[in-house]
Amino acid sequence: MKPNDKKFPIPSRVPDGNIQNKWEKHKGTIRLVSPANKRNIDVIVVGTGLAGASASATLAELGYNVKTFCFQDSPRRAHSIAAQGGINAAKNYQGDGDSNYRLFYDTIKGGDYRSREANVYRLAEVSANIIDQCVAQGVPFARDYGGLLDNRSFGGVLVSRTFYAKGQTGQQLLLGAYSALNRQINRGKVKMYSRHEMMELVVVEGKARGIITRNLVNGEIERHGAHAVVIASGGYGNVFYLSTNAMGSNVTANWKIYKKGAFFANPCFTQIHPTCIPVSGEHQSKLTLMSESLRNDGRIWVPKHKKDVEKIRKKELKPTEIAEQDRDYYLERRYPAFGNLVPRDVASRAAKERCDAGYGVNQTGQAVYLDFASAIYRYGKEKATSTGQDTKNKKLIKKLGKEVIKAKYGNLFQMYEKIVDENPYETPMQIFPAVHYTMGGVWVDYNLMTSIPGCFTIGEANFSDHGANRLGASALMQGLADGYFVLPYTIGDYLADDIKTGQIDTNTKDFEEAENNVREFISNILSNDSGNSVDYYHKKLGKIMWNKCGMSRNEKDLKKAIEEIRNLRKDFYKNVFVPGEPNNYNEELAKAGRVADFLELGELFAIDALERQESCGGHFREEHQTPEGEALRNDAEYTFVSCWEFQGKDKKPLLHKEKLIFDSIELKSRSYK
Amino acid sequence: MDLLLKIWRQKNSTEKGGVQNYRIKNIEPDMSFLEMLDVLNQQLINEGDDPIAFDHDCREGICGSCSLVINGAPHGPDKGTTTCQLHMRKFKSGDTIYIEPFRSSSFPVIKDLVVDRSAFDRIQQAGGYVSINTSGNTVDANATPIPKPDADEAFKSAACIGCGACVAACKNSSAMLFVGAKVSQYAHLPQGKVERKERVINMVEQMDKEGFGSCTNTGACEAHCPKDISLDNIMRLNQEYLKSKIL
Ligand SMILES: Cc1cc2nc3c(=O)[nH]c(=O)nc-3n(C[C@H](O)[C@H](O)[C@H](O)COP(=O)(O)OP(=O)(O)OC[C@H]3O[C@@H](n4cnc5c(N)ncnc54)[C@H](O)[C@@H]3O)c2cc1C
Ligand code: SF4
Ligand code: FES
Repeated sequence: MKPNDKKFPIPSRVPDGNIQNKWEKHKGTIRLVSPANKRNIDVIVVGTGLAGASASATLAELGYNVKTFCFQDSPRRAHSIAAQGGINAAKNYQGDGDSNYRLFYDTIKGGDYRSREANVYRLAEVSANIIDQCVAQGVPFARDYGGLLDNRSFGGVLVSRTFYAKGQTGQQLLLGAYSALNRQINRGKVKMYSRHEMMELVVVEGKARGIITRNLVNGEIERHGAHAVVIASGGYGNVFYLSTNAMGSNVTANWKIYKKGAFFANPCFTQIHPTCIPVSGEHQSKLTLMSESLRNDGRIWVPKHKKDVEKIRKKELKPTEIAEQDRDYYLERRYPAFGNLVPRDVASRAAKERCDAGYGVNQTGQAVYLDFASAIYRYGKEKATSTGQDTKNKKLIKKLGKEVIKAKYGNLFQMYEKIVDENPYETPMQIFPAVHYTMGGVWVDYNLMTSIPGCFTIGEANFSDHGANRLGASALMQGLADGYFVLPYTIGDYLADDIKTGQIDTNTKDFEEAENNVREFISNILSNDSGNSVDYYHKKLGKIMWNKCGMSRNEKDLKKAIEEIRNLRKDFYKNVFVPGEPNNYNEELAKAGRVADFLELGELFAIDALERQESCGGHFREEHQTPEGEALRNDAEYTFVSCWEFQGKDKKPLLHKEKLIFDSIELKSRSYK
Repeated sequence: MDLLLKIWRQKNSTEKGGVQNYRIKNIEPDMSFLEMLDVLNQQLINEGDDPIAFDHDCREGICGSCSLVINGAPHGPDKGTTTCQLHMRKFKSGDTIYIEPFRSSSFPVIKDLVVDRSAFDRIQQAGGYVSINTSGNTVDANATPIPKPDADEAFKSAACIGCGACVAACKNSSAMLFVGAKVSQYAHLPQGKVERKERVINMVEQMDKEGFGSCTNTGACEAHCPKDISLDNIMRLNQEYLKSKIL
């Protein structure tokens, strides 16, 4: 497909001036809505993860009337709850030279120079405030013995700036945002709609003015009007069927706004996380992450010799029996400066490289080791020394070391043991890369508004901050930054025009049409009396995506993927069988809607990957690599955001390019050696 | 392994439900309990039947969506484990497994094994928060050191996932463990002190309004809590409640 070279049609609204002053200046000059007028303005928020819950709470607190939606039975169960490792902030509490600039720099570099500079700087700038806010809400972050906040390190950086609450950071942050949301529900400023699925966006005279939802308990189709619609529906990693995302995570809200005119940016930028529990069989319904924080202490390796690999696979040899000199700590070997803490894309590809070369350590050949033995020893020795115990007693040292590891990662170790039935304190974990996060998403301007006026996108659902690869612990940061500190300001700039609009009437043609679309889809999809289940199609789609659009991509496979997805989609509409009724609780029906949208997104994903003829971050095109197998960017031709505009059913989408301009950072090839 | 499943089926909140039998074959020990139900559901769909409805999302033991009473035990036989983290290796071929929804008059059945736990949300809305604005205009996060033991205790209480197993396990349908966990989290932190009185009174009032029973110290809640929330939280709830009534 020939890229379209037309000028980018929409202003990105990035303010002028020095990068350090842009946000302050912008805040000082954008339009505001007075408190009295806010009372006359309604805002819809779809999603109650970190982004949606924090935005709903803050908008309500500012005085807007907020309606918030989620598909789970409670806002507290949004997928953010599952985040494990931590949240970044440039607090420099460790005095290790951290600063806003360094967090900004690390994030841009980590994203392989494919994110928008001004947005990332703003993210770094507000990051410290997030921690203050969360502590004030009673979020129980980990503390040191002096009572101050503790930090850990994450991949791709050389400072310690990650705040955490054991392996349950997402849970604690989300419960904080949920509590702020509850406070506003109690005040009557937020009306909460749980078990509701957004199925359509309503656009009136070019502006987003409402949504159509399906009540998942009784099947009712409802109209909701508002002056602005905020989408905070999370990522679309489940297009791969197997991922670390929750079972219900989906692209539907994003996809519906795309089809109403919102540009979809960089759909092919996906993060494959290096440390997940390997697939165990065909029945597998999801994959489980082992947090990146484990790479603070775990060392990744495979056997050096094929003969040991053979024996391991036949269970004739245990990993603990392989001597130090017969192990290949391949990350430490290839990337001495960052070692086990290279960014995720690099670590994942390195694992794939070893497994493709035949060194994988389980029956399927798709696993490497993550080993804690040396950390247990090191911590045990430290503890024995500091408490004046016998430092020569190996058993004691191991015991003490295990206690330290347990305090840090106890819940993750327990989770691993439950799933795999092996004790990771005694034998190394087996891990393999899995789909985890989507950097791509709906295009937004500096105000987080999409190309549809009045429709905003925040959190993982938008594209803006992570370029082609996200650094660990920065998604939670972005979700809360967007929701607490950015959107509540920038939305005012748009809503200032709406103080006289009055309530949005939902008894109009536009609402009726949107509702009819939803009803039509439902009656169509329920029309078969037999056929294949929704999961059958979802699994098939997942296989195409993983094999042809996964960790490494090439022209031939991508073209094949596009064709296969088209055929699968046709088959789906012809042969899918959805049992049950429309007006009752019906999970198959809800799933069918989500999979229908994945079947369209999958194609756009492959088109985007085909179009981007370079390797960057998580997007690895086999045709574009260095002799050592590292990603090879093409800055001269591809320093832009690919923004796809919907052109109609089964029509080729139109590509717009937002040029990325780097004023404060020099484009370099990424090196972690 | 081959199993006989006896599963509660109920069309909706108004119709009467009952137990139905299902035979299922070739279940692998590495499957999770919910994956076993996935297999059954695919089987039902292929036969043209309505699959069994159950709540689930993260399948990692953290979102609190999954429920089920398995052979009489909320979240099944494994201690400190949610249903989604339970694996079939805990069962053996030939077993009969009873699967029912969480039972409580405050958790009405929506369909099959899905129940309505929104009462928990309403209790949190009554006072489960610190009333500060989300503007970010607060003091520096390190301005108030919190002794590590207090922070650790607060964290332990905050680990509650809001699943409702404590209620399902209790013969009185008491929600004291759930409410106690939230009240304790804030009671251990300086940030929670300001509103401690109103918080506990409002939350307990809402809990009563929702129809949850009172605590008679059987300890069933703690025994079945997948996150090992301890009975100390109920003790603290009682203390906080008394204190706020007296002062
Ligand atoms: C296992 C795991 C661990 C992670 N660990 C970390 C970590 O340690 N640090 C870090 O920074 N990041 C981590 N991440 C990434 C991070 O958790 C997510 O990117 C982030 O939480 C997304 O938040 P969100 O608010 O954008 O969306 P989500 O939390 O996904 O919320 C989406 C919301 O949208 C609602 N929704 C979706 N579609 C619809 C619809 N059609 N109608 C109505 N409602 C809808 C859902 O109900 C939900 O409320 C992790 C991710 C995973 C999978
Ligand atoms: S206290 Fe335990 S059983 Fe009760 S809701 Fe919380 S986690 Fe579930
Ligand atoms: S499905 Fe989330 S806790 Fe079980």
